[in-house]
Amino acid sequence: MSQKFTLTVNGQAHTIEADPDMPLLYALRDDIGLNNPKFGCGLAQCGACTVHLDGQPTRSCATPLSAVGKAKITTLAGLGTPEKPHPLQTAYIEEQVPQCGYCINGWIMTAAAFLSDKKKPSEAEIKDALSGVKCRCGTHISILKAVKRAATMMG
Amino acid sequence: MTKFEKTSSFSRRSLLLGGGALVVSIGAAISLETVLSIGQAYAQGAKPPLTPDQLSSYIAVNADGSVSAYFGKMDMGHGLHVAIGQMVAEELDVPFKAVKVIMGDTATSVNQGGASGSTGIQFGGKQMRMAAAEARRVLVEMAAGLLSVPADKLTVNDGMVSATEDKSKRISYAQMIGGKYFNVQLDWNKQYGNPLYAPGKAQPKNPKDHKIVGQPIKREDVAPKVFCQEDYCTDVKVPGMVHGRMIRPDVAGSVPVKVDEASIKDIPGARVVWDKGFLGVVADKEWGAIQAAAKLKVEWSQAQPPFPEQATLYDHIRKATARKSQVDKENGNVDEAFKSAAKVIEAEYEWPFQSHASMGPACALVEIKDGNVTCWSGTQKSHFVQQGLAATLGMPLDKVRVIFKTSPGSYGRNDADDCAMDAGVLAKAVGKPVRLQYTREEGTGWDPKGPASIHKARAGVDASGKVVAYEFISKGFSRVDVGTNGSKPLDTLAGHTQGVALKSGDGFGVPAESYAFDHKRMGWETIPPLLDRSSPLRSAHLRDPVGPQIHFASESFIDEVAAAVNADPIEFRLRHIKEPRDVAVIKAAAEKAKWDTRPSPRKDQTGAKVSGRGIAYSQRNGTRVAIVAEVDIDRASGKIFARKFTVAHDCGQIINPDGLVKCIEGNIVQGISRTLWEEVTFDRKSVTSVDWISYPILDITETPAEVNVVLINHPELPPTGAGEPSIRPVAAAIANAIFDATGVRIRRVPFSPDRVKAALS
Repeated sequence: MSQKFTLTVNGQAHTIEADPDMPLLYALRDDIGLNNPKFGCGLAQCGACTVHLDGQPTRSCATPLSAVGKAKITTLAGLGTPEKPHPLQTAYIEEQVPQCGYCINGWIMTAAAFLSDKKKPSEAEIKDALSGVKCRCGTHISILKAVKRAATMMG
Repeated sequence: MTKFEKTSSFSRRSLLLGGGALVVSIGAAISLETVLSIGQAYAQGAKPPLTPDQLSSYIAVNADGSVSAYFGKMDMGHGLHVAIGQMVAEELDVPFKAVKVIMGDTATSVNQGGASGSTGIQFGGKQMRMAAAEARRVLVEMAAGLLSVPADKLTVNDGMVSATEDKSKRISYAQMIGGKYFNVQLDWNKQYGNPLYAPGKAQPKNPKDHKIVGQPIKREDVAPKVFCQEDYCTDVKVPGMVHGRMIRPDVAGSVPVKVDEASIKDIPGARVVWDKGFLGVVADKEWGAIQAAAKLKVEWSQAQPPFPEQATLYDHIRKATARKSQVDKENGNVDEAFKSAAKVIEAEYEWPFQSHASMGPACALVEIKDGNVTCWSGTQKSHFVQQGLAATLGMPLDKVRVIFKTSPGSYGRNDADDCAMDAGVLAKAVGKPVRLQYTREEGTGWDPKGPASIHKARAGVDASGKVVAYEFISKGFSRVDVGTNGSKPLDTLAGHTQGVALKSGDGFGVPAESYAFDHKRMGWETIPPLLDRSSPLRSAHLRDPVGPQIHFASESFIDEVAAAVNADPIEFRLRHIKEPRDVAVIKAAAEKAKWDTRPSPRKDQTGAKVSGRGIAYSQRNGTRVAIVAEVDIDRASGKIFARKFTVAHDCGQIINPDGLVKCIEGNIVQGISRTLWEEVTFDRKSVTSVDWISYPILDITETPAEVNVVLINHPELPPTGAGEPSIRPVAAAIANAIFDATGVRIRRVPFSPDRVKAALS
């Protein structure tokens, strides 16, 4: 049965009516109309759907609405803007990272949470933190350069 | 709607006579009629037909002076549009930023073949370059008349034509034709697709005059992607749209015999679309469609499990009767030469089925409204999908429009075209626009697969170690069980499920190299598909179709021959390769990698961790690549770390060096992934590798520490492709490095830890 949910996404409250079992991803994409979390697998295996719940990177494709509670949701669009970009967004543009770009959301959202906790990470730590995110085009080299660049920017 | 179309009502007369808007300085006395007649010859308000013989089909100058370049191919992630924009801007003498490349919309571009065979620049760019050159020629001629200055006394700078000796005499492209259409006929070769070529009278610039071509211009589409300002195909919505999902059988080949629509009646808007083997659902909301697909009660026919046990795959290929055998290259008298050989070296190599496994499964949106079909798709070939939709839906071609939208990466014939057809069938059946997204299981389990194959190689050497006879024969599933695009129902799942049998074509290939052996034979054999329709193991083009498998075998084997005669792998190759550009890439890679000349394997290593280096080289449609791989092997675990790659790459003229390096890096990383990890698994019933756990790819912890690219530029030569050539030698370079490190030759891909460990023990 449908229930009412109030979701706070990028600082804005949205009330929707949906099945509590529905993964958060479909609320964000279909009910709220955001294009940034992507459907990649629906199995929490690739990261393309990652959002932050109270700052924690979360696979929205496998998170039922009933589990979201009052957590503040941040998506890639809420991470930064052209006027006030997140260092990872700047670094992605500087390093010209993506090929198809469908995986961008997963890498940036996962790396953003990691870098906010971990200052001056080693390359091994970065790789380990990002090991659950997929890129099929093979842009791994540029992804690592961009995350390292952002880490430096974030001091 | 483009800017160009919006401004097309702008009247030519008002533009020319519009006072302030007109800064043309007409030197000599010239009548208004003359001015108008000059314009009339080449510019018109009504759009000429969208045919390959019209300049307006490729280039338009908009009222604001910007240029629209209508491109019948599309970018699959390498930034092709940047390179095309550079080529157009170069020839037109307009700033790079003034050019917008509009890709793969059947309403605005002609069929240049879509993304295909790394020909975006090689063929697509060639045509756009010629069109832009012709546009410039025509505009200069128009200016010559309007300014009364001979064309050869005119200079063009940033879209402004001025008298070389009197810059006050000037007129801009926008003033002459902005917002109108070129009325210029091109000399079209009457071909569509990749071979389409339609030059005008103009000659393109001499490469030494290039200012924009050759520059490392960045992609303008990265920022919109990281700031979520660009919609992917998955994000397109239209009013009244419903969501679809397809339902596939557990046993490939079985079809629904009973479908209980009542089982989904509680889901808002849920409907079943069932026609023979075609079974899909739609619902008002996406979550509803997902639930409907999960809950729908279906009884399937009892089909005989169609596949052999996977463990017997290569035996199946070996034993299968060849449907077609073909020798592509033969010189000398190979059989006689083998008889005279002092020693014969033989080996056989195996390559599995592999999946596109695109980052997201395919998605398409089809709207049928007022007798017109519009499809948004991530297809590589929108003009062919247009044909496929017309055939599948029984619509006239000119009533179907396909709009390419950026999508999860595509590396050949992936699931995009199947999805567009399925969405079309659903939309027609329910009378509403349908957005269909496949599941991960379909994206990896049901996409067309890169074919599995075996490769037999033999070489005869004389007492001095010289190769006196050589034979290389591949045998495998065809590269074209389904064609390179979805233009025909027999090539799509929608066609197959609705009763059209798969019509497997015969296609394979031979090594692309220049080893000059006196007696040499190279050929291939294809075998029939395992199931004649709706097969999750139907084979098709996957990045560098059959290139990685053939060159894994051929370049591993050359190394085996070198080792058998105790020669350094590079020195041995250069004994037999005389083609200068091939020699150049091999030498460039060797030099950059500081190649240590000695025979493989190394004999100075003991312990659990060992390292080695390997070389492999190949050609591809004019491009040459040599790769030196340096790998570390943990003998205890069998884990390979493909640590360092040195790539020398010659694709003729380089349009954008930074874009090219990124493109090569992606090829290397995807090539490592396919070599070390990727293998479609299946049981008797169906494909069992259906997600990222069961179909693992390289993860970021395995990123090579270094990929050093040496670009060899030949501005004097036409550009050839780069989208695929450098994936070709990766597997062999790694295999040769493993041999160098361990003395063990691994002849079956992927080199998974278990397999390597077993080979080393």
